[in-house]
Amino acid sequence: MSSEVRFTDFKSDKQPTWCPGCGDFGTMNGMMKALAETGNDPDNTFVVAGIGCSGKIGTYMHSYALHGVHGRALPVGTGVKLANPDLEVMVAGGDGDGYSIGVGHFIHAVRRNVDMTYVVMDNRIYGLTKGQASPTSREDFETSTTPEGPKQPPVNPLALALSAGGSFIAQSFSTDAQRHTEIVQQAIEHDGFGFVNVFSPCVTFNDVDTYDYFRDSIVDLGDDEDHDPTDREAAKTKILDADKEYQGVLYQNEESVPYSDLHGLDSNMADIPDGAPEGAMDLVREFY
Amino acid sequence: MPDDLNWAIGGEAGDGIDSTGKIFAQALSRAGRHVFTSKDFASRIRGGYTAYKIRSSVDRVESVVDRLDILVALTERTIDENLDELHDDSVIIYDGERTEMENVEIPGDMVGLSVPLKRLAEEAGGAIMQNIVALGAACEVTNFPIANLDSALEKKFGDKGESIVENNKQAARKGQEYVAEEYDYEFRYDLDTTDDDYVLLNGDEAIGMGAIAAGCRFYAGYPITPATDVMEYLTGRIEQFGGEVVQAEDELSAINMALGAARAGARAMTATSGPGIDLMTETFGLVATSETPLVICDVMRSGPSTGMPTKQEQGDLNMTLYGGHGEIPRFVVAPTNISECFHKTVEAFNLAEKYQTPVFLLADLSLAVTEQTFEPETFDMDAVEIDRGKIVDEDEVESWTDERDRFQPHFSTADGISPRALPGTDGAAHMSTGLEHNALGRRTEDTEIRVEQVDKRNRKVETAEEQEDWDVREFGDSDSDNLVISWGSNEGAMREALDFLEEDGVDVRFLSVPYIFPRPDLSDEIEAADEVIVVECNETGQFANLLERDALTRLKRVNKYNGVRFKADELADEIKASLQTEEVQA
Ligand SMILES: Cc1ncc(C[n+]2csc(CCOP(=O)(O)OP(=O)(O)O)c2C)c(N)n1
Ligand code: SF4
Repeated sequence: MSSEVRFTDFKSDKQPTWCPGCGDFGTMNGMMKALAETGNDPDNTFVVAGIGCSGKIGTYMHSYALHGVHGRALPVGTGVKLANPDLEVMVAGGDGDGYSIGVGHFIHAVRRNVDMTYVVMDNRIYGLTKGQASPTSREDFETSTTPEGPKQPPVNPLALALSAGGSFIAQSFSTDAQRHTEIVQQAIEHDGFGFVNVFSPCVTFNDVDTYDYFRDSIVDLGDDEDHDPTDREAAKTKILDADKEYQGVLYQNEESVPYSDLHGLDSNMADIPDGAPEGAMDLVREFY
Repeated sequence: MPDDLNWAIGGEAGDGIDSTGKIFAQALSRAGRHVFTSKDFASRIRGGYTAYKIRSSVDRVESVVDRLDILVALTERTIDENLDELHDDSVIIYDGERTEMENVEIPGDMVGLSVPLKRLAEEAGGAIMQNIVALGAACEVTNFPIANLDSALEKKFGDKGESIVENNKQAARKGQEYVAEEYDYEFRYDLDTTDDDYVLLNGDEAIGMGAIAAGCRFYAGYPITPATDVMEYLTGRIEQFGGEVVQAEDELSAINMALGAARAGARAMTATSGPGIDLMTETFGLVATSETPLVICDVMRSGPSTGMPTKQEQGDLNMTLYGGHGEIPRFVVAPTNISECFHKTVEAFNLAEKYQTPVFLLADLSLAVTEQTFEPETFDMDAVEIDRGKIVDEDEVESWTDERDRFQPHFSTADGISPRALPGTDGAAHMSTGLEHNALGRRTEDTEIRVEQVDKRNRKVETAEEQEDWDVREFGDSDSDNLVISWGSNEGAMREALDFLEEDGVDVRFLSVPYIFPRPDLSDEIEAADEVIVVECNETGQFANLLERDALTRLKRVNKYNGVRFKADELADEIKASLQTEEVQA
């Protein structure tokens, strides 16, 4: 079946209600293309969406999906993937969802290295709640709740991921369709937790981190012949350089062993017998 | 009354009290005696008094009583802590060679047996075995065949190697011989043995075993007393059946991981206690509106806040029944004893999948920390039935799609239960969400669809109320005008209290209720009785409040909230006192 899958098969018949020009359109398109390119189809794909404008992606894509509680998408994805390793699991949400309310889960999901993909639609603003500061907002970015700016440094999600032992750390720009798709595709193909922070501009509430800003400042690692994504030290230097907005795979651990392999999980936990499993009586005998 | 022995070992937390007590409980069980254990403990790892108590008889024992016959006291404080329970025939075993125990005064007419536990242990191979020396001494005092202790030591230390086992057996013998040689008391304790084989387990273990039996394959949790034993039980065992235990970063994550696994089609569960259930509340509504089958176990301890982490309370009834914003269809099932922890867990998984709802398994600390003996047939694996509800396969998908071939996971059926297609099923890809949604699982704020979906979800509860047996467990004299009702672990103490009451000529009908919601309608029983008393371990009478509302009446209450479970003799006195008072205190 998979050979016939086209990326539009991942599109639901629900028209997105994102603002015209929202970066999330491009982010989603790239995800759908990458899923199709990697031989997946909607019936074996599970999308877990966060809460936010970005979280609406669960509705606009066609696949198995759950749109859950704000900030908890990664734990849900973890449960789905461990329970059924045959599913392609993709978790997507906003920067508030992932780096504020859900940041605890982010760090631990990175450490756990479950074989799934995490796409953060980073617009450096809270879109759905109409324009408050997000954890990736700039220090002096004025919003309704931070009239003089947050006056605290933005989180550096790539650095968080690297320090937590991330095995695949990448960044892309939603409007650079080809590169963004390639990068998400690599994240899907990665054996472990594939993390992609996607610059996904909010055209309504963020007049600083705009398309123009990113277009002007992005440094594409795809154009850098010297870039070796397996070099963790080099990745560290780039990631900690606050003046640059990189696009590409910053770091990939080629030796990454996903959680399921380490824990010997290979079967679909949904398959259980009609009664107590064979050998259950041994559990009782243990208590003699 | 059972001819019972009440034994305890007490000392500082970190002295190995628990494991020593468990070994003796095991030895008694091996000897075909029934055992019911309890723990007094502080939550600190070292420092602070702790004790492991065993009540044992050849007859079944269902409760603790206020009497202590033999006490192994590793510290002087242990004696002070138990003065109320000790009596003139009590025997206290202690190490008089320890400097801090040199001047111990043995109260009243009790017998104090000073046994050089440490010295004898060293002779047997190491001071670490001093508690085992005490167990040997206890065997002598109770005329209990030491072979049973040997067998318990083999079980405990078997995987550590032959020599460790032998050293421990040696240590036990030294204690036994020392008492035999140094003291020539006629001890009045004589422990009979039988040929019966029993299994010995606690409520958390029973829940874990029930989960595996029921096909649970995914468990996510965050350690917390007194629920940790569920997780520790499952770890290393569930994997043998193709499952996995994940230690999550917090309870917010744990419940969402379990939810994810359940969406993927696994039978999944999480377990926690008060502070953790607070965090999980966030996700209750999502579980319910996305119609995900999930078992959420709350092993209650004393609250609020961090409360008394190692103490008993049944304070979370309202929380599991009402917790979460909005209105959430759910079931709340509360096992009334340790074997029921097993059976109700199996039932919880079936209810969850049949009705695609969250099911709260509301256990309490007394169940979790008590080890009790059972005939192995109590846990009959052949009798376990699995009902997965309305799971549809590829061929059935078509009958549940709309005019545009879209699968409808929240289709409004007559019984409220919608078809469930597990991810991977061809042609049934669909979403669900915590937002109000239509039959497709897509967000809507359409007023009619909203009402339709709310009604549909609630209809599942109505269906369950009709289709399932929401039985009560009845004990005592069914014709009595005195009715006592309780829930959760109070059942054991109350069953034994019935014997005390009968001795005093007080007849009582006792209903033990394992279902909080839906629950059996007890209006007729309440109306038929002259006196109705509701027994529970909390201050406000959370269950009594529900029953009063059900029966539109006022009920008497016996509440305990000092952190200690009811004891059978104490409860009998409370019931008598309550029957004698005129007023119903509301
Ligand atoms: C527990 C909780 N707190 C607050 C909210 C309100 N809320 C919804 S989305 C959101 C933040 C959205 O920002 P982001 O994650 O960056 O997503 P975006 O809308 O920008 O795509 C907040 C605070 C909520 N839904 N749940
Ligand atoms: S508010 Fe911003 S993030 Fe939300 S849809 Fe509009 S442009 Fe996109």
